[in-house]
Amino acid sequence: MDFFLSRYRHLTVLLIVIAAQLLLIAYQVRTNKDVPLVRVWAVTAVTPVEQGLEFVRRYTWGFVEDYFVLLGVRSQNENLRRENGQLKIENNYLRNELSTADRARALSVFETRSPSKTIAARVIGNGTGANSKVVFVDRGSTSGIESGMAVVTPDGIVGKVVDAYPTASLVMLITDPTFAAGVLSQKNRVHGTLKGQGHAECLVDYVQNEERVDVGEWFYTSGDDRIFPKGFPVGQVAAVQNGKTFKEIYVTPSGMQGGAEEVLIVLQGVHQEVPAGELAAPGYRILPLPADAASEIPQGAPQPGALSTDADRLRAIYKQAGADQKHVYGEGVPGSKPPDFTKIPSVHGAPPPASAAQPGVETGAHASVPGPAAPPAAKTAPKPQPGPPVEASDPADDEPGAVGPPPAPRKPVPPPAATHPQAPTNQ
Amino acid sequence: MTEYTEHLLRESPRKGTASRFRFVWLVAIPLVAVLSQVYVPRFIPFLAYLELPLLITVHFALSSRGPIPALFYGMFIGLVQDSLSHQPIGMYGIVKTLVGYFAASVSMRFDVQNPVVTFILSFFFFFFHQFFYWVLARALLGEVITFDVQQTLIFGLLNAAVALPLFRILDKLKVAS
Repeated sequence: MDFFLSRYRHLTVLLIVIAAQLLLIAYQVRTNKDVPLVRVWAVTAVTPVEQGLEFVRRYTWGFVEDYFVLLGVRSQNENLRRENGQLKIENNYLRNELSTADRARALSVFETRSPSKTIAARVIGNGTGANSKVVFVDRGSTSGIESGMAVVTPDGIVGKVVDAYPTASLVMLITDPTFAAGVLSQKNRVHGTLKGQGHAECLVDYVQNEERVDVGEWFYTSGDDRIFPKGFPVGQVAAVQNGKTFKEIYVTPSGMQGGAEEVLIVLQGVHQEVPAGELAAPGYRILPLPADAASEIPQGAPQPGALSTDADRLRAIYKQAGADQKHVYGEGVPGSKPPDFTKIPSVHGAPPPASAAQPGVETGAHASVPGPAAPPAAKTAPKPQPGPPVEASDPADDEPGAVGPPPAPRKPVPPPAATHPQAPTNQ
Repeated sequence: MTEYTEHLLRESPRKGTASRFRFVWLVAIPLVAVLSQVYVPRFIPFLAYLELPLLITVHFALSSRGPIPALFYGMFIGLVQDSLSHQPIGMYGIVKTLVGYFAASVSMRFDVQNPVVTFILSFFFFFFHQFFYWVLARALLGEVITFDVQQTLIFGLLNAAVALPLFRILDKLKVAS
């Protein structure tokens, strides 16, 4: 054993060190617990330096930039440059001040308007690792920050707190490959899971191919994940395509446009409604009434667009016939002369509408009207259109009342006995 | 074997001259490297792919006198990096421990003062570092992370290019003992 240890001393030490770290990782993964002491030491050592650097940068970088700009101009015209430089310095300073004030005001307005209780924080550094998308913010557990809190801006969600230290917190951005959040589309109300991809765009997963999502549609938090309150904007759909089982929906996050510098950490989230926007269109569209048919609707007939049936149209025709013969329905005594219904061509001079005999085959303005010319009594009826018959697009959607006037009278053609309609006897 | 390859394989002059870092630099340099990795990419995002802690580990290992100090130094830098990330502590620790050990072992056989050797070793260890981290993340944490070989090779070359002047500067901080 001693020989082995002395012969392979380096390798033995290496194996012991690797094994110790593997055990450390296994402990953390298995128990889902961290090693807070090491992290607290490291973060407490690093973040004050970062805060100092950030402070110095904020108040010196603009002046350094101006200095380098002025170096090139000095050789051309020193006097003009000096004056110009002073103006630039002043302008830059004021612009920075204005920009900072604008961002602060936007955050403040959002903070007061949002029903959720939030606290403002400033990003002070990035996390280590090439693939990870995490940042440090200058608010820690002493400010009431806890792991799992949502981080947002007025424009949208930014990430979530994964670790809270006394002086700072570690925030996982929504672009991190391990990030996930429940989302809901505004227009089509499609639920999905937002996942980071490690680059600027995020993926909305677990949306069935049969669901409808449009490019440009907004996604909002759904509140399903119990981290982000419902109703916060997430981003706009940049691209959609069908996958094997689920759609591949790429979303451009709205909360991180131009990089997040000031953020809000949601201390107590309150669910909100997803803002009402443009709603999804129904699966079918009803055509408007033909121009030449609009004037032929009998008086008392249902208005175009109103829901009506064959019975409604027959009622209107009979009512019109009664009015023409100066007969008021319901006023005649028993035995008095009823109106002459034989003068109604659609009852005795023509077969019933095609839709009554063969429902769903030809109807309304969409259906073809084959056959001979209309009788004189129906001069005003729509004339048959030349050319091949046009089939109805969807028989199930044929709503006679919704498509136009009563069908044109036709020459009597004995229909099959099985489909002979009942002539109206009342009214 | 040509004269040039013999020259590359001979004992490193860096080993011959007994020079080493002061203790202050041994602590300060990796901390500055980690801090710059945390802070600089905020303003120059491209520099997120500059693995200064790795280059410091490689440099120390190449100039150290044995694998054991090198592996402990790599472990220390890796654990500091781990503590500033959201991953379990030990991921970077293991990878940098291995880098320190192998770099120190390799340095016994090559003239690590030669810029060509330095460039190749830096490139190789960057690729090894990234690949092994990817393997660990998949195997131990079950993370589904894509490994972009082309991008890793390009960033390996960039890191190797940065390593050349960086190693010169670090050599100047050493004192003869």
